[in-house]
Amino acid sequence: MARTQKTRKLSRSDFLKLSGAGLTGAALFGVAGCGGGGTISGGGGGSGGSTFVFGRGADSISLDPIHATDGESFRATRQIFDTLLDFAPESFDMIPALATEVPKAQDGGLSYTLKLRKGVKFHDGTDFNAEAVRFNFDRWRDTKNEYHKGGGGQSSDFAYYLAQFGGFDDDSVIESVDVIDDYTVKFSLKEPQGPFTRNLTMSPFGIASPAAIKKNVDDFWQEPVGTGPYTFSKWERNSQIRVEANKDWWGTDLPASQGYGGPHLKEVIIRSIPDNTQRVAALTGNQLNGADGLVPDDVPTVKQQEGFALEFRPPNTVGYLAMNNEKEPFDDPKVRQAFNYAIDMPKLVEAVLGETGEVASNYMPPLIPFFNNSIEPYPYDPDKAKQLLAEAGVENLETELWYMPIPRPYMPDAKSVAQIMQQDLKDVGVNAKLVTYEWGTYLDKTGKGDHTMCLLGWTGDNGDADNFLNVLLNSASATPSAASNVAYYKNPEVDKLLEKAQTTVNESARQDAYYRAQEIMHEDAPWVPIAYVKPPIGLQDAVKNFDPNPTSSESFNPVTLSGGK
Amino acid sequence: MAEAQIQQDEAVSLGVETRSRRQDFLRAFFSNRLAIFGTAIMGVFILMAVFAPYVAPYSPLQQHLPQKFAGPSFAHPFGQDELGRDILSRVIYGARISLTAGLAAVALATTVGTIVGLAAGYLGRWPDSMLMRLMDVLLAFPSILLAIVIVSILGPSLANAMLAVGIVFIPQIARVVRSAVISVRERDYIEAERALGAGDAQIVLSGILPNSMAPLIVQATLTLATAILDVAALSFLGLGARAPTPEWGAMLTDAFRSGFGVFLQGQHAIIFPGVAIALAVLSVNFIGDGLRDALDPRRRG
Amino acid sequence: MSIVVFFMVRAIPGDPAQILLGQNATEARVQALTAKMGLDKPVPIQYLLFLKDAVRGDLGDSIVTGRPVTMELLIRLPATFELTAFAMLVAVLVGVPVGVISAVRQYSLLDKVTSVLALTGISMPIFWLAMILVVIFGVNLELLPFPGRLGANTAITSITGIVLVDSLLTLNFAGFWDGLLHLIMPAIALGTIPMAVVMRMTRSSMLEVMNEDYVRTARAKGVVPWRVVFKHALRNAMLPTVTVIGLQVGLLMGGAIITETIFSWPGIGLYAYQSVSGRDYASIQGVVLYGALLFVLVNLLVDILYAVLDPRVRL
Repeated sequence: MARTQKTRKLSRSDFLKLSGAGLTGAALFGVAGCGGGGTISGGGGGSGGSTFVFGRGADSISLDPIHATDGESFRATRQIFDTLLDFAPESFDMIPALATEVPKAQDGGLSYTLKLRKGVKFHDGTDFNAEAVRFNFDRWRDTKNEYHKGGGGQSSDFAYYLAQFGGFDDDSVIESVDVIDDYTVKFSLKEPQGPFTRNLTMSPFGIASPAAIKKNVDDFWQEPVGTGPYTFSKWERNSQIRVEANKDWWGTDLPASQGYGGPHLKEVIIRSIPDNTQRVAALTGNQLNGADGLVPDDVPTVKQQEGFALEFRPPNTVGYLAMNNEKEPFDDPKVRQAFNYAIDMPKLVEAVLGETGEVASNYMPPLIPFFNNSIEPYPYDPDKAKQLLAEAGVENLETELWYMPIPRPYMPDAKSVAQIMQQDLKDVGVNAKLVTYEWGTYLDKTGKGDHTMCLLGWTGDNGDADNFLNVLLNSASATPSAASNVAYYKNPEVDKLLEKAQTTVNESARQDAYYRAQEIMHEDAPWVPIAYVKPPIGLQDAVKNFDPNPTSSESFNPVTLSGGK
Repeated sequence: MAEAQIQQDEAVSLGVETRSRRQDFLRAFFSNRLAIFGTAIMGVFILMAVFAPYVAPYSPLQQHLPQKFAGPSFAHPFGQDELGRDILSRVIYGARISLTAGLAAVALATTVGTIVGLAAGYLGRWPDSMLMRLMDVLLAFPSILLAIVIVSILGPSLANAMLAVGIVFIPQIARVVRSAVISVRERDYIEAERALGAGDAQIVLSGILPNSMAPLIVQATLTLATAILDVAALSFLGLGARAPTPEWGAMLTDAFRSGFGVFLQGQHAIIFPGVAIALAVLSVNFIGDGLRDALDPRRRG
Repeated sequence: MSIVVFFMVRAIPGDPAQILLGQNATEARVQALTAKMGLDKPVPIQYLLFLKDAVRGDLGDSIVTGRPVTMELLIRLPATFELTAFAMLVAVLVGVPVGVISAVRQYSLLDKVTSVLALTGISMPIFWLAMILVVIFGVNLELLPFPGRLGANTAITSITGIVLVDSLLTLNFAGFWDGLLHLIMPAIALGTIPMAVVMRMTRSSMLEVMNEDYVRTARAKGVVPWRVVFKHALRNAMLPTVTVIGLQVGLLMGGAIITETIFSWPGIGLYAYQSVSGRDYASIQGVVLYGALLFVLVNLLVDILYAVLDPRVRL
């Protein structure tokens, strides 16, 4: 890291005390948590035997995956439930899970037939079969289904089904799920959906035990039953979730390289410690085997610790500066390109993200399929920027640069980003006033297009290009009520390409469309892409085979603890 | 004609009295060493604020990213902050912002508070009880909490932070003014003015207000100290000055929020802006204490 | 007062449903949640609904956690109580004796030094003081742990929710020690201003009382000065001090917001800040009403104490 760092060697106790300090700022915005009773604790408790204790920043909301939208819920449900398909470790390549193979589209994308794994049992002893799959999808889709409910006080009401499959009942892209035989199901779609199979890998679509749901649908969110590598044992609210090894897991004998094998740990405890520094202190004090939610400044500190290593989660986010393409002078592509040249992005990313980020070249992170590798980021060239601005007839531009008030996964410190950009822009004769609002207002106002330039970013849902490019840059999502296309970028050619890629299931046709769309976007430059953030995870050296999944909810089944820690 | 003449005479005699009183006051004030110290420090801060561009060695906004949290050195006596900016220069420019913000808040509180206090104290009866009830409601909230809610409504910015802090301090000023007014309301010279047919406004402005001045000035000065603190506190909570404004409270919060690296490598980024706030507030408090002792003979000791 | 709080809170911009659902939420979901939370109804109607529930002690459910606000406040009350009580204890235990000594030894070096220190105390920004404590005692000297109430490896069985009490009740002395160490820095940060104010008030009211006839008489009669101080002067001088202590307890709520924020102390102050930044209407209302209620209660308590201390005052 290019910073003058005191070469003071830190002892463990040093760090423990140190680590208490700085990050409370980030913790401010977390949901408060001090247990509702039982014990008061700083988040600790011993670990022993082959118990794996993982620290995270907030508690889960619901353990019925279809009723959750937050990553912390999925982190737990991922252990308890399996999905039909999955991603291979550290990538967005699909692999089979409860299905035995990744299905091919039939009837031009209007139907898919899935072969299911045999001999799989839910944790309650009932059989996993085609009927169970049909039961789950019917429950999610059909609002008149007697089990279309549950999830507790903060239920998301099947939000992800709504978002990924177009709606409920008649709005649903999935028309029906039919049982062909005990281990074969057929999905019939109303229209082709490019990301369909990728949607099936998403944590919210974990397959739940129909018997358990029928028994008590209202409490299923706190007594989850799935087929996953771990069985649910106990949820102490605001403190921890315990799961135990499922010795009969179907994936035990499959190769670890593909994300199977295990579970090697007798018990997994997922513990919530809202305060960042306290969590890092718990990790380095060996009260946790692993922890996430580290900020860029933690990286050098944890690295200096004896016996700890860092893993970086592959980026599933993109942070960007969106210029409002409908407002002068940003309606001129030359101005937008000039801004891309004007900002010294490598310097900025190094200063703000250090090792936890890479400079973005594109409008989605590189692991996403159909990422166009041939596109290079705009180089830092203030002279070229000035020249372009002059050509566009822009001088002494007074404008506003909005930044998020709180840390986001794709941009942990927007305020610094904004200040650094402000200075670079000043060098090319642009005076940008920094503006921020409280977070809800910020989303509201940027959605309405009140800004001229704003910082924002996106975390991917299902590892599909559609989930980035179409959500963020299609003119259809530039509606003034709540735009996700906050650049208000409207290019009919891009729209056409995105629609084509969305509705075809032909992989090479999708590739061509997305490649071309990314080239046009690069030329049109509706954003200044900033960085792909790789969130760091701190681990004890004893922890092996922890393969961070880009979606932030990996299963812990391959993880081992050496040395009996 | 005759009436005007009498008034003029009275003004002259008042003026004479004021002059001797003023000398008295100055002597009392400057015999207090802490008050002198406070005045001197405040003088330095004011000079710094006025001549910031000439005094500051660098631009308060110029970044040197590779020198993040570089410690104090000959070139940068106070060191550099999380974006490599010169902290000394930022502290100097910060004097402009923090002092102005405090003064603006007090000006607002004093103006509104004086009007409310005068009205309540002079009019008495139901306007008094209604106004003071309203003030009591404001006083019933912890001041920072009230300020936070007000800024949340108006949106976070330095101007709104000043406004919020100003509103929060209205009741205190109003109370002081009201009790001063009540204490002078029935005095002979007021009765005399009234007997001479002076209108309400005239009595308030020429008779009551000048004679309520002493406690008001003391209270306003002491309020200034708290106002500077509260504006900084709001900035610290992210509800005040916006980046990259070198406001002292905002400088502290930026350093603090940048991660705990600041506690290892950037302690100077925490120390100096805080010292500036504490010194400024302390000097105002010294001045306020000195004023109170000088203006209130009973307290002199 | 509830009406003032309610409408003020409703005037805060920002859509709670949007915040709760986050960035990836569709507009339809935001609207559905808004309706579910009753935020689509006209504000006066929202107020009537709020009043109806409030008289039953129900302040509504927190938008962020979905739990009743009353419960959220009760969960956090012990932490805040422990911190403020400890801070106040320090303030009184230091402030009163030092104030008395300064008054008795007026114009001594000690008097001058403590007067300047007291003034410095009230000039200190709490958030800066807290950070400086962390820098000196937490980081450089490594003497005191932070943040939070307990270290990561300490757990205490909760009975009252107050760490120092619970740890003693369960004979968990390690826990008591850990809790005490965690308490020191926040308590100093929070207690400094009240300490300075109490000191100044004790000093000035002591001075006033010491000049009264009965004290002079007692002195003249040859009573030992310290007996005069404690038996005659202090009792009378305590009246204004008690008032000031009462006022300070109310104001500590404000200080607690900042202190708890810096030390990640899981109390009502931190909750207040989180509620404001999360636009958690129900919670902000709860916190503000709680703050005002506390203020009123403390003032009532002060009146009662007054009666105890001064027989002339009858309630």
